[in-house]
Amino acid sequence: MSSVRVLVGTKKGAFILTADGQRRNWQITGPHFAGWEIYHLKGSPVDPNRLFASQSSGWFGQIIQRSDDGGKTWNPPGTKPEDLMGPDGMPNGKSNDFRYAGEVGTHKFYDGSQHPWEFKRIWHVEPSLTDPDTVYAGAEDAAIFQSTDGGKSWKELSALRSAKGHLWQPGAGGMAVHTIILDPKNPGRIYIAISAAGAFRTDDGGQTWKPINRGLKSQYELPDPDAEVGHCVHRIALHPSRPDVLYMQKHWDIMRSDNAGDQWSEVSGNLPTDFGFPIDVHAHEPETIYVVPITSDSLHYPPDGKLRVYRSKSGGNDWEPLTKGLPQQDCYVNVLRDAMAVDQLDDCGVYFGTTGGQVYCSSDGGNTWQTIASHLPPVLSVEVQTLR
Amino acid sequence: MIRVVLPYHLRNLARTDAEVTLEVPEPITIAAALDALEARFPVLRGTIRDHGTLKRRPFIRYFACKEDLSLESTDTPLPAAVISGAEPFLVVGAMAGG
Repeated sequence: MSSVRVLVGTKKGAFILTADGQRRNWQITGPHFAGWEIYHLKGSPVDPNRLFASQSSGWFGQIIQRSDDGGKTWNPPGTKPEDLMGPDGMPNGKSNDFRYAGEVGTHKFYDGSQHPWEFKRIWHVEPSLTDPDTVYAGAEDAAIFQSTDGGKSWKELSALRSAKGHLWQPGAGGMAVHTIILDPKNPGRIYIAISAAGAFRTDDGGQTWKPINRGLKSQYELPDPDAEVGHCVHRIALHPSRPDVLYMQKHWDIMRSDNAGDQWSEVSGNLPTDFGFPIDVHAHEPETIYVVPITSDSLHYPPDGKLRVYRSKSGGNDWEPLTKGLPQQDCYVNVLRDAMAVDQLDDCGVYFGTTGGQVYCSSDGGNTWQTIASHLPPVLSVEVQTLR
Repeated sequence: MIRVVLPYHLRNLARTDAEVTLEVPEPITIAAALDALEARFPVLRGTIRDHGTLKRRPFIRYFACKEDLSLESTDTPLPAAVISGAEPFLVVGAMAGG
């Protein structure tokens, strides 16, 4: 019997929601890491019981947590409860040591000066598709780190910051690697996205990176709307069967690339607004995509107080609102970039969480929705594991 | 033995009580106390002081004997009452305000 496990990161801890394949009756556990910001947690595709979580705090900094039993127990990688209780055999405490490699360098700061990179937190963890001990982490200030020992220690793939990093400038939300996509067909290829810097790609496992922002237009955000870097990419998604086809929610505009990001074209079509944060792809229909339109960059809530997911079955341009089961009046929540996911069941489940603490699930590809958590802290991220 | 009091989130992280006792080699300074704390609870590395620079994180405070020691050099010896164990050394999460 199939089941699903939904991993929810919030501003005050992590929650795990589980249900069988019917997805009607849900159990919630948590808060895990109560009181801490959990930007993201995600399971290994190779070993679904291995979960990684980014736990952070303005006071106490960054912690990486790992579970090897599906979220029942957690430890910072490299530690075990028995180690922590004994006088000897202490872990080395390196799992939260994120240091920029080599010459730290500088990026453009708010005042136009050059400012040294400073580590703040991990926004996103991305476990390897093939090795349970390899995991990537997207950092603010923008950088990508890799661990090959299950999160015990981290090394920066520093060439990313050579891709015109001196021109990157943080936006109001900071400057973070928030999206990491591993190409399932090309092991050397990784896509990443950075707020207010753009999208980047490596084809050699992170040794070299290049900006992939051609076709993006940011006429209200950048002095040169066609700049090579600087675009505020909010999210990228792909379908594993066609990893060269990318979908993007930019600050404004829904974009599509059919050549691994070498060229983008706009597919916003008939959306009521093309501002938003998340974008995702149906598990079995590579041309079916989902977005949550948000009023504007100044008004981070749905238009007209109506929470509507929009679905395109044609890879963009033609969009339909999905409203059944979603609040259609007085709704002023936002849906953040990492807060949407899909499961792999035959009738694809679509999930998203809001800044109002609700988590919604559709078990029929978006046609109807149910509330599966109502009063969580503001949701930062949603991931789903399909367990068979 | 000196006594160190940890804030709620760090005691949870370290899976210990609010107050821990530590053997600290002389001279018993702020830095020596923190070194001993992190050696005992390596999971706390990076949560009080930054990795590498060992600089105090901005919203961490060190209190003892009703004094704020946060801005003292970390080579400063702890007060005699802390060294004797009569008073604790407090690691505090700063007030959030608001």
